[in-house]
Amino acid sequence: MSNPYIVLPIIFQLFLAILLMFCWTQKNLQKLVSTVGSLIAVAIAVIMFAQVWKSGTLVTQAGNWGAPFGITFVADTFSVLMVLLTTLSGLAVSVFSVGAVRNARVKFGYFPILHFLIMGLCGAFLAGDIFNLYVWFEIIIISSFVLITIGGEKAQLEGSIKYVTMNLLASVVFLTAIAVLYGLTGSLNMADLSLKVAEIENRGLVNVTAILFLVGFGIKSAVFPLYFWLPASYHTPPPAISAIFGGLLTKVGIYALLRVFTLIFIPDAFMITLISIMAALTILSGGIGAMIQNNIRKIFSYLIICHIGFMLAGLGMYTELAILGTVFYLVHDIIVKTNLFMVSGLIFKIKGTYSLRLLGGFYKDYPKLSLLMAIPLFSLVGIPPLSGFWAKFYLIRGGLEVDNLVLVGFIILGSFLTLFIIARFWSEAFWKTGEELPKKLKVKYYHELKPLKQKAMVVSILFLAFISLGIGLGAEYVIQVASRVAEELMNPQSYIEAVLGKL
Amino acid sequence: MEILLVIIIGLLYAAGIYMILRRSLVKLIIGLILLGNGANMLIFLLGRVVKGHPPIIGPTEKILADMYADPLPQALILTAIVISFGLQAFAIILVKMAYKVVKTDDLDEMNATDEDL
Repeated sequence: MSNPYIVLPIIFQLFLAILLMFCWTQKNLQKLVSTVGSLIAVAIAVIMFAQVWKSGTLVTQAGNWGAPFGITFVADTFSVLMVLLTTLSGLAVSVFSVGAVRNARVKFGYFPILHFLIMGLCGAFLAGDIFNLYVWFEIIIISSFVLITIGGEKAQLEGSIKYVTMNLLASVVFLTAIAVLYGLTGSLNMADLSLKVAEIENRGLVNVTAILFLVGFGIKSAVFPLYFWLPASYHTPPPAISAIFGGLLTKVGIYALLRVFTLIFIPDAFMITLISIMAALTILSGGIGAMIQNNIRKIFSYLIICHIGFMLAGLGMYTELAILGTVFYLVHDIIVKTNLFMVSGLIFKIKGTYSLRLLGGFYKDYPKLSLLMAIPLFSLVGIPPLSGFWAKFYLIRGGLEVDNLVLVGFIILGSFLTLFIIARFWSEAFWKTGEELPKKLKVKYYHELKPLKQKAMVVSILFLAFISLGIGLGAEYVIQVASRVAEELMNPQSYIEAVLGKL
Repeated sequence: MEILLVIIIGLLYAAGIYMILRRSLVKLIIGLILLGNGANMLIFLLGRVVKGHPPIIGPTEKILADMYADPLPQALILTAIVISFGLQAFAIILVKMAYKVVKTDDLDEMNATDEDL
């Protein structure tokens, strides 16, 4: 069904960013506009989700150039689900930024760039053309480059050099893959590519192209052995920026992998084995990496890698049930990881340190906040009925269905590693008797902030914690959505027909 | 023509990757620029190089009867060039800033991100 309004989430964020640029000097106005705008963006995404849920995949052709010649935007259930999650965590980060981002950074255009980043993310999720996807990826990375360097501290600049290099390299690999694919098929429309790639007789060349895509998206989503830039950079920017990065940027790589490997390249036995091995090693290296860290943001960075492995494992099993698990995990992970980085930011604002060794006594001093922080932490472990449990349950069931016991073993091992890490985190930061820390002059502490800023930080964490609880307790509904997404991904005919018309 | 292009693309990729593996930041940027150009040339080559056949439909014809040069790769390359220009400009400023703050251009000495707090 054709519907031009599906580009609205993109256009709206663009409009919002431009509007924010007009209030360049008025910091308070920027905060207000960003928050209200993010709320409207959520409303748009909800309406779009409802419409796609009711009437199936929506398509729009830019400039009315029919597919496969023009640029296509496609909103299937997976796309709108991702747009909805993006706007939700965008809203939370936008509110959190009101309290947590220093005015010096706001003065250099923090809010406009944040909305450009969200625009890029929405665009990437809605793109139906592989080159258009590349362009959205570039918009995402250029915005993220500005966000990661804004402020210009020493650690930030060093971290961003690694981040910038690896992301530029990933773009080049992605572009190379597009070039080879265009040479093979003469098309860029993903639905059209799905048909044309299936007809190519030289399967070896198809696999080489698929591996180029795997490497390009693999660097972006931080899978083994391409993840080293992530723990070197994600802990350097302010927590609000880490939150949107940790929540969404690696997940857009996973989205692209899921899309490309279910629609264009149907993986053969070799690719399945390769993805499975990468998934297992990603889980292992992320989990073990997190165990030895002391900086709480580095712990969360390694946990991102560990859990990217879970999602890749679902792709490696390649059944409808496993993809369902992956999609459920994606929903759970975006919300929880965004929240965890915000939690780390709040802990820093209160205690003035990220070091696990120095932290302590948090539960005694702030029992209510501790209970709030417990929700994302224990959702991550997957203690029933919190959200992570159901996601892992379906991943493991998917693995048992195809008798891929090794991968199931790694998922269980990864869960135990996560449990160990979170338990250590909890006992060190919350239960251990804390010592009085020397006051840092450069840090603006939580109790020195205005009440509005304090509330903004707590409310945004509370908001995402409620969504986490909602995902866990209302798992039935999330499973309905995830199973429809999995069904659409595994049977791409409906996607192709929606784009190219009835065949 | 194709053989020449293939060799040039191979050299650009090889030189780019070699430069990225060096420790100096300036060489890193040069490596990224070379890689980007290599990718652009690859798109040009894989769009099939055709000489002297512009994709213009004559006044008496309805469709392109003869073989023609595919205009799409050129549009793709143009987009990619503009994007990589922006990114490289950013990367150069970043390297300059990093050099000012860290006072070294050796990647091995940039260890602030690994420090234990």
